[in-house]
Amino acid sequence: MRIHPLPEGSPYLPVWAEISRIEQLTESEKLFELQLLDGRPLGHKPGQFVELSIMGIGEAPISVSSPPGRRQSFELAIRRIGNVTAAAHRLNVGDKVGIRGPFGTCFPVEETRGKDLLVVAGGIGLVPLRSFIKYVLEHRSDYGDVTLLFGARNPAEQLFLDELREWKERKDLRYLETVDRPDAAWKGHVGIITTLFPKIRVDPAKVFCIAVGPPVMYRFVILEAKGRGIPDDHIFLSLERRMKCGIGKCGHCQINHLYACQDGPVFKYADIVKVKEAL
Amino acid sequence: METAVIANPDFPFFIRRLIENHHVEGVKRKGQSVFGQAYFYGPIEHPDDLCLDFDCTAMPPKKYFLPPREELLHFTTRPTLSASAAMEIKELILIGVHPYDIKAITQMDLIFSRGTPDPHYLQRRNAVCLIGVEPTRVAPRAFWASMGAASVDSGFDLMLTDIGVHYVVESRSLKGEDLLSRYAKTRPATAEEISRRERVRADAAGRCRQRGLTVAKEEIPLLLEKFTDAWLWEEKSGKCLSCGTCNLVCPTCYCFDVWDELAIDLVQGKRLRRWDGCLLQDFAKVASGENFRETRTSRYQHRFLRKGCYLLPILDDVACVGCGRCASACLADIADPVDVFNRLKEEACKGEPP
Repeated sequence: MRIHPLPEGSPYLPVWAEISRIEQLTESEKLFELQLLDGRPLGHKPGQFVELSIMGIGEAPISVSSPPGRRQSFELAIRRIGNVTAAAHRLNVGDKVGIRGPFGTCFPVEETRGKDLLVVAGGIGLVPLRSFIKYVLEHRSDYGDVTLLFGARNPAEQLFLDELREWKERKDLRYLETVDRPDAAWKGHVGIITTLFPKIRVDPAKVFCIAVGPPVMYRFVILEAKGRGIPDDHIFLSLERRMKCGIGKCGHCQINHLYACQDGPVFKYADIVKVKEAL
Repeated sequence: METAVIANPDFPFFIRRLIENHHVEGVKRKGQSVFGQAYFYGPIEHPDDLCLDFDCTAMPPKKYFLPPREELLHFTTRPTLSASAAMEIKELILIGVHPYDIKAITQMDLIFSRGTPDPHYLQRRNAVCLIGVEPTRVAPRAFWASMGAASVDSGFDLMLTDIGVHYVVESRSLKGEDLLSRYAKTRPATAEEISRRERVRADAAGRCRQRGLTVAKEEIPLLLEKFTDAWLWEEKSGKCLSCGTCNLVCPTCYCFDVWDELAIDLVQGKRLRRWDGCLLQDFAKVASGENFRETRTSRYQHRFLRKGCYLLPILDDVACVGCGRCASACLADIADPVDVFNRLKEEACKGEPP
């Protein structure tokens, strides 16, 4: 029998991080700023995720919302929806959580250098995309025209309001927003996210479309993008699945032959166009 | 080492010496079930406990490498948060594993050592000294001979073959040779005994082939890929109870779930993993309520495609070894791979000119 070499430690063992800041984003979303106790930066790329541990409650995959390489800290925007995220919402500054990762693929920051970007965010799809958008804005001269479309169900569910305001005012970013259901104070565009497409112009030879949102949004956004002549290998999506182990073992995040935790969460549409379970 | 023989009268003595010096687990008889005599893996405390002429055990031996419930971490929440990996593994000798189950274990070895290796699995694997036995009896639903799993060249320390009067024994490791030299009375096998072993193998494999799989193992991935929309999937899964029994008894099913258990003091805790099954309703469900494999058809088909296609690039083989456990354990009797593969083949033949 072959004796299998044993790795040091367990890949299921998290490292600890301390919460340094908490910001209430909406009624059900909070932003947590975290710092690894060993002082290392997280070392993530935009679009990757971590496994967040609250010991005694469990572990959940959460995408990183801050851009890489700026400071020692990183940010997770968390919607209160399951056991772990509900427990996270009960934490205070100074509390400690476990972190494994970062895991998975990232948005095409290198491939899109010098190209135009059409970024489409639906609801909390803005959470992972914020990392990418901020990265691009920090390296603005490396990219061509940048358009950001953001759709929320209603104005109360809009995240990162200060940043949305800042993006709206920037001259080097075309920002368009919509809500499905307006409130009395809403003066902007109303309709699902694809109703913003007639307002934009893209050069299909130069543009990359990066979209994150609920599964139903992808079908329509892909149709619009293809309608504009954007080729399949210039469209990127981030797919949500139940990434439990993060290391391609537990089987929960499998999308046909692909593992969302390793082959994704960010996929090139051309690579998944024939993958039946993807969309 | 050359092929050896343990004479029949000496065999119980060998087992007794193993028991005296090691923790031994192996195949035991269980009372009659509606399906006939049942066999299971458990502790061997006496040579008579061990039963090596079984047809197939109800459960595969995967529990020795991936326990149904296993501690991954121990942690403390207060006063300082701390955690450590749980790795208290004891060595054992596992005796009575058929070649198809050894093939399945070899596949699990690949899964758990590729990419980020899983030390919890590998440590248990290393701690097991595996003594295989070649089947002389064939379970009613078994088709391992058609899945290239009638015999294996590696993945074991010792392999026993009952040639009627004696056991032929083949060693594949220092561990195995060490056990023989310490505890067994052996002599080199004669040419006649080695050819008798061939006949025993051929005889069992011949009976196993009568199960009638009409598809060559190599054809299976293509067939599954080509007929993902066949009516067969709907028809079969229409009776599926989503009970996950096929996952439970499968020697190549290894998916797991992870959860935390906090002690009553709310300070000490454990992070555990347990077997999970892709046929269970909530397997692919996320916190938002979205279930990415909501229909029984999608779950039923996923299991077949995973065995036949998805794992192919990793294993370079089909992840079904033909043990037939899923077929005999499925309450709705829809899980039999022979039936599914044969009917997909029929479907394929329909399209071809005679």
